[in-house]
Amino acid sequence: MNSARSDRPKDPANGRADPEKEEQDGPRVALKILVAGGFGVGKTTLVGAVSEIRPLRTEEALTDASVGVDDLDGVAAKTTTTVAMDFGRITLRDGVAIYLFGTPGQERFWFMWNELSRGALGAVVLADTRRLTASFASIDYFEEKGTPFVVAVNCFDNADRYDAPEIRNALDIDPRVPVILCDARQNDSAKRVLVGLVEHALRLASNPVPTGVAKPVEGPLEGRLR
Amino acid sequence: MEQHAPGGPYGPGRERWFDEAAGPIVRPYAVTRGRTRPRGEPLDIVTILVVTGAPPAEPGRLTREQRRLLALCRRPYTVADLASELELPFGVIRVLAGDLLDSGLVAVQRWTSPAAAPHTDQNLLRRVLDELRAL
Repeated sequence: MNSARSDRPKDPANGRADPEKEEQDGPRVALKILVAGGFGVGKTTLVGAVSEIRPLRTEEALTDASVGVDDLDGVAAKTTTTVAMDFGRITLRDGVAIYLFGTPGQERFWFMWNELSRGALGAVVLADTRRLTASFASIDYFEEKGTPFVVAVNCFDNADRYDAPEIRNALDIDPRVPVILCDARQNDSAKRVLVGLVEHALRLASNPVPTGVAKPVEGPLEGRLR
Repeated sequence: MEQHAPGGPYGPGRERWFDEAAGPIVRPYAVTRGRTRPRGEPLDIVTILVVTGAPPAEPGRLTREQRRLLALCRRPYTVADLASELELPFGVIRVLAGDLLDSGLVAVQRWTSPAAAPHTDQNLLRRVLDELRAL
């Protein structure tokens, strides 16, 4: 372990530490990726296939009437709910770490998503062809927030196989949104989903379109959206 | 889901205990003395914190959890990692870490200018992509 405090993090512009030391020094850049999807769709499996999974709980007050109030009076009337998240970390070189958060897809957990999606690299909507409708809420959410997302279809052994265009059609998503068939249990397959997401985020970053476009837009923009 | 102590929510001066085998012994927000919201701007779940090295003005007032946070933050630590490590909910860590931030004991580590959003930083995304492919 590093003992002395003389190794306080340096500005990246001034010189670099060696990679091993950087690992010990903790992350310099932490990126968020959300994995959203209905119950039993394989979020835990997917996160576990690409990273070491660890427990993380969040406990939220269900009323926000006392936001900013920090005395006990505000708390007494409140109830809290505990949500267990799947939490995984992939440590890359140069102090970059990707944090994966598997979050329940139901609308009642959106208070958490607002938190998680802010500044997120992107999201994976994990879908099951037997219950595609369970993905609608997540898709709507990320479309509205302008969070880059991909749809990853977890190909369960006993589910009917559909090809990506069929699924895209059924989900009625923007043609630019990648639909990736995957096996959430397989490291390679799960990694391919993340690669697909970062590629998509990069495409959006290098060719930005207005985010949060929920309705058809008139004028020249429309052509780009179709 | 949350296990409520019998008799409903806790109130002023009445920290309730419960003994769920798998759950925490102390109600999570007891360690924040009942506060559920941080004083300042809420910390993001992947905010990186690191100790400033400043000595605490009143070391005796630090809770056990805050002392553990300070020990971990001798190297940069994200709020998510702190929550997982201390086995406390994210919301609780946010309150505790927010206090340490307020009192200048920890600082938010910013490697890039605050304006640079990681998800739109093309160089960063390219690097991440290369490394993910190589994993």
